[in-house]
Amino acid sequence: MSRTLRPLLNPVLRHRMLWPVVILAALLLLNLFFTNGFFKVEMKDGHLYGSLIDIVRFGAPLILVSLGMTLVIATCGIDLSVGSIVAISGALACLWISELGDQNSIGGVLTAVALGLGLSVALGAWNGFLVAGIGIQPIIATLILMVAGRGVAQLITDGQIITVNSSPYKLIGGGYWLTLPFGIIIVIAVLALTAFLTRRLALGLLIESVGGNAEASRLAGIRSRGVLMMVYAFCGLCAGIAGLMISSNVSSADGNNAGLWIELDAILAVVIGGTSLAGGRFSLGGTVLGALIIQTLTTTIYSIGVPPETTLLFKALVVTIVCLLQSPAFREKAFRRRRRPAAAASASAEEEAGEERVGVSA
Amino acid sequence: MTAPAPILRMTGIGKQFPGVKALDGVDFRLLPGEVHALMGENGAGKSTLIKVLTGVYDIDAGEIELAGRKVAFAGPQAAQRAGISTVYQEVNLCTNLSVAENIFIGREPRRLGRIQWRRMRQRAAELLARLEIDIDVSAPLSSYSLAIQQMVAIARALDIEARVLILDEPTSSLDAGEVAQLFRVMRRLKEQGIAILFVSHFLDQIYEISDRMTILRNGRLVGEHLTSELSQIELVGKMIGRELADLERLGAKPAAESSESSAGKPVPLLEARELGRTGAIEPFTLTIHEGEVVGLAGLLGSGRTEIARLLFGADHAGTGSLRIGGEQVSLRTPRAAVSRKIAFCSENRRAEGLIPDLTVRENIILALQAARGWTRPIPRRRQDELVDKYIKALSIRPPDPDQLVKNLSGGNQQKVLLARWLILEPRLLILDEPTRGIDVGAKAEIQRLVAELSDGGMAVLFISAELEEVLRLSHRVGVLRDRRLVAQLENGDDLTTDTLTETIASGARS
Repeated sequence: MSRTLRPLLNPVLRHRMLWPVVILAALLLLNLFFTNGFFKVEMKDGHLYGSLIDIVRFGAPLILVSLGMTLVIATCGIDLSVGSIVAISGALACLWISELGDQNSIGGVLTAVALGLGLSVALGAWNGFLVAGIGIQPIIATLILMVAGRGVAQLITDGQIITVNSSPYKLIGGGYWLTLPFGIIIVIAVLALTAFLTRRLALGLLIESVGGNAEASRLAGIRSRGVLMMVYAFCGLCAGIAGLMISSNVSSADGNNAGLWIELDAILAVVIGGTSLAGGRFSLGGTVLGALIIQTLTTTIYSIGVPPETTLLFKALVVTIVCLLQSPAFREKAFRRRRRPAAAASASAEEEAGEERVGVSA
Repeated sequence: MTAPAPILRMTGIGKQFPGVKALDGVDFRLLPGEVHALMGENGAGKSTLIKVLTGVYDIDAGEIELAGRKVAFAGPQAAQRAGISTVYQEVNLCTNLSVAENIFIGREPRRLGRIQWRRMRQRAAELLARLEIDIDVSAPLSSYSLAIQQMVAIARALDIEARVLILDEPTSSLDAGEVAQLFRVMRRLKEQGIAILFVSHFLDQIYEISDRMTILRNGRLVGEHLTSELSQIELVGKMIGRELADLERLGAKPAAESSESSAGKPVPLLEARELGRTGAIEPFTLTIHEGEVVGLAGLLGSGRTEIARLLFGADHAGTGSLRIGGEQVSLRTPRAAVSRKIAFCSENRRAEGLIPDLTVRENIILALQAARGWTRPIPRRRQDELVDKYIKALSIRPPDPDQLVKNLSGGNQQKVLLARWLILEPRLLILDEPTRGIDVGAKAEIQRLVAELSDGGMAVLFISAELEEVLRLSHRVGVLRDRRLVAQLENGDDLTTDTLTETIASGARS
């Protein structure tokens, strides 16, 4: 019977998104035992509520940052400064709003958003300039802004936590639109935009080409400098939106802690999603899955009541397992006894005698 | 003449991969003290046979005997312990470590856990002396030429008490002098009774060094011959399994046309005047006309590639001027050259040509897409048309546009790279060593293609280390020596490889 199923199952089993999906499903199922009605999604006052919705809503900033990070990593780079950009964009927007006469004025809030995002894009472009224009290694180039950016954010907030009381601004991170949390809508829009730019237009091919072999790309006539600038600026933009979302959700800007360590979670999400740190092929869908896994993990840690002092250790443990499961080399070793006959079956598929022998051993 | 007992005997070797019989009942034997060439096109099963022999693959059928005893290797280490050492095409050593460290890495002489550095250096020097090489073994490997690095790899292989030494394409990145040095070493090892299995695409080298050869085709044994008893034409015929009429026919063509080709065309397609770059190439003057094939001959490092890179804008010219179609231009980037319909296939396919993780389709459309910019994607249907057309025209194997390019053989990778530029319909195609490291069949196809393209009006700058090939295809040959273009010779009946060699050697201007 297993032989008749195998041809049907093989495409599924070989799909590179298989393991992230399995892991996400496992984490969600785990929650079922600890939280009553974990999978229940209900409508209250025309808004969708439920644990699943919450995971996406609270995971939205991470998904955004990870999307930008995916493209940067695909060019064989890395951006450590996204956390600082998150803090800067939130701080600038909140500073602007806090000094408005009427904090609820739509025009004022829009200006604040434009300022925050504009600065984020500029900071991203600065990273791009250091990497592509001057030729500094990405990890060092972005480390500069990672450290300095925290300082900039604190300069903007004057070392204080700026609180705002603006209902239009609150919409970004805490509001609802068309029954969905507004953050989820933003994520969908950015994901759609990224997918359009990279997969419908040819940006994705050029990014993968530059990441796969920079010199060969230059000789094929690709303006790799331009591609790199664009990718880092886009990553800055994504981090900027995430920054607005985070500060809007709590109606305040904290230069010190907003987006702290989010770069590491984002890199992790990208890697779990199957994009190699060595550059080249990238997967947007994988990254979204990766970010959701990390957010679900965070939620799970709270819901199953892991003691606070061991949460980091627990997270590390799960992440290690996830990464091992993702590695074909590890799977090969771990499941060797099951794989051997399977490999032999495909090798001697033409020889009937051989097939029968395998049938017995399987 | 009775042959000594073979050190290695393989009988009825079979190896199957999903969907392919890579080896099918292959017999192979290796005598002590001989250089044995393993011949065949790409995909004939040479690499598989070597991998079976070195324990990388299990065999499905047949048996291997080493020095009269039946063996089965569990892995490369097991084969190595049994005395079978391999030096691969790409030297896999650590260039940042010293020569001595490279030879003894993992097997450092130790006492009480401490590495005995002095003893290690001493033994390394002794080993290299066996190969008649006298260098500073404490210097980093990177400070030596590729040939020396190859010798170090061989020294490392020999220290493991090798009885069988496998050299897989050891000469593909060496120049003539370095090859001669390698051959001296091989002859010495032969005298010491070591059996050497030698794989190379250079027929001349095979005939120079090997005593005996085994020919494979499509995973089957075609035959085993004494090198002295098989002519080159017969050998090639056996390798590709058909007559070489195609190659012969090509032979006479360009020479017959050469008289009319460069005459009577007022505006040359490309005109470089005193173009040069310090440290790379002395100022040179070169014109190329439409439909003309200009060959560049010279030793490795003589400046052939440097000329190509200047004409493509891959490097900036320091001096001189460049006109394309009569218009003065300065090529600051490859992109600028591409927009003027100049295309360049680098000699270094892997580092400067292909994107290994992308598919055949993506690699083929890459330059066209780059020229259009990312905002104007090539519609999928047009992609399919273009890619299918060139997969057919160049007979790229396997004919699957979604195959990753890194899974293709060298010859087919070269064709993918050619296809990338051909869809741009360039006016000048610069080919730097397009036939290096690819098999005879693919080589003939690429040569035929060059002839066809130039008939169609495309100008071609053809760079190759093989003088026969340059002569066969070119209307005019530029000769380089020590980073200087020393002569430009019209191709005619009086131009032979001998005169070319002489010009390269003497550097005489004609």
